[in-house]
Amino acid sequence: MQSNINNLKLQKHTTPKLGKNGFIKNIKKNRTLLLMISPAIVYYVIFMYLPMLGICIAFQNFNYVKGVFGSPLVGFENFRFFFITGDARNVTFNTFAYNAVFVSVNTIFEITIAIFLSELSGKYYKKATQTIMFLPYFISWVVVGAFIYNIFNYEFGSLNTFLKSLNMKPVNVYINESVWKYILLLANMWKWVGYGSVIYLSGIMGIDNEMFEAAFIDGANIFQKIRYITLPSLTPQIVVLTLMNIGQIFRGDFEMFYQVTGNNPMVYKATDVIDTYVFRALINSQEFGMSSAVGLYQSVLCFIIIMVTNYIVKKYHSDYALF
Amino acid sequence: MSKIKKENDSILFSILGYVLITSFSIACLIPFIMIISGSFTAEDAIMRYGYSLIPKKFSLEAYGFLVKSPEAIIRAYTVTIIRTITGTILSLFLMSMTAYVLQRKDFPYRNKLSMFFYFTTLFNGGLVPTYILMIKYLRLKDTFVALILPLLFSVFNMIIIRTYMSSLPESISESAKIDGAGDFRIFIGIILPISTPAIATIGLFSALAYWNDWMYAMLYTQNDRLYPLQYYLYKVLSQIEAVKNLTRANINVKYTLPEESYKLAMTVVATGPVVFLYPYLQKYFIKGLTIGAIKG
Repeated sequence: MQSNINNLKLQKHTTPKLGKNGFIKNIKKNRTLLLMISPAIVYYVIFMYLPMLGICIAFQNFNYVKGVFGSPLVGFENFRFFFITGDARNVTFNTFAYNAVFVSVNTIFEITIAIFLSELSGKYYKKATQTIMFLPYFISWVVVGAFIYNIFNYEFGSLNTFLKSLNMKPVNVYINESVWKYILLLANMWKWVGYGSVIYLSGIMGIDNEMFEAAFIDGANIFQKIRYITLPSLTPQIVVLTLMNIGQIFRGDFEMFYQVTGNNPMVYKATDVIDTYVFRALINSQEFGMSSAVGLYQSVLCFIIIMVTNYIVKKYHSDYALF
Repeated sequence: MSKIKKENDSILFSILGYVLITSFSIACLIPFIMIISGSFTAEDAIMRYGYSLIPKKFSLEAYGFLVKSPEAIIRAYTVTIIRTITGTILSLFLMSMTAYVLQRKDFPYRNKLSMFFYFTTLFNGGLVPTYILMIKYLRLKDTFVALILPLLFSVFNMIIIRTYMSSLPESISESAKIDGAGDFRIFIGIILPISTPAIATIGLFSALAYWNDWMYAMLYTQNDRLYPLQYYLYKVLSQIEAVKNLTRANINVKYTLPEESYKLAMTVVATGPVVFLYPYLQKYFIKGLTIGAIKG
């Protein structure tokens, strides 16, 4: 083992700083490895880095026939419409607010359920409920959209069936903006809480049992055990997962917003996020310039927030930094 | 005294726990039951009473319609199955080969190339340039390749495989190297087989992503011969009129299509296999999640 480490150190000393000749030598020496990694590099150059150059479309009056090289530049014209109409404010706010609420509510529920699952007795009960709660993760958003339609559709949805059976007036949620934030929150919880609780449960399982035993001997009750042992032990995991979510806070879950609302124009104001906005501008109205401008705006926002969060985290608690 | 208090706390805690977990589990199940029950309900019962948890009037009419013209569903299933299998195999091969190279400590470019891959998760060109590249410059519209490519590589999954591979003892590949095996042979013959636990779980995640995808199908195909299952289901749910015309023209039936229950039956047929396979696969997914969670 010791000699292995020494070997490594030796290699590290000898490989770099070889100059031009050494570069060719290096390539020759590692040609198999380079060949093995080249498919992935080619894939990334074509499908990730070429599109990065394609952000110039955001500054062009893009003409599909003339393409990227033939379309005239128009400066920030494509951004203007997006900002002047107030769409920018609306979709940015929606994306941010929805994600912020989703992350906080889901995290609380996931941890609560994970703690209960770890403490309750009944092997089969726990296995069965865990299986059921994890099931929504497997279902595509199309099917979730079908569920939502079944519950809320005006004529024969279960909600209205239920209201009618109580002799109450049926409601039409598809023209009512204000209820959609709750529907989206519930749909998002339904889909992800089971999945997330599995991650936290595995974290709880990793806690040293001796701590719980010592607390038991000291006469701690179950709430004290959770407060002083379980939650502090989970903190690193909670912080890392939350940081990752903060990095994605300007990315809306396109599939969810599109399918749960059924792409319903009546409620766009309350349910439109950046991703659905870009998608519609691209597919429905073929506005290449404007949609890529909004896409670029989103990418820049995401990049800034990741960098800032990472910088702050690094400053105060470098263990949690993402890179 | 304090012991009694402690016991009371535990009881309170257990009650809270059972109530919360049981009700959340029921909430997770109810939509499925509703869809299944609705698909077995006669159309006129749905029209009159709405959906319910138990069929008010049992009927197989909707499934009858599905069986009468199954071509589209069978085709969508075929596309999805072929897509999932090819996509998963290609993506696993590509990701694990990349992961192998990047975890080799003697590979001089490993840090630079890791950054090359990781950077795309921080910044990317977005949907529109990619779309234009795929459609205009690569001319991949309405091709099977367009359904495979977008989901081929995930940096996070690659990192999970890489972490697993680098946790393997180095002595394993060392002895093969002494025997004169090349890097590729070591990867195929030694590293790949012993990495199956990680690769299999990542494979399940890939397969699920391919199976459930409809967005890329919506972006890149307008040819209904290439519709994967979920996208076909979406089309049926949102454009029931079109389907109605199609079945009318095809089989010359006099009665009208039972729209609502047909939608539900379609949903059941499209979702069924995943739900049935799920209990067997669940533990592998959980294992995969745990690997990912620990390594961040």
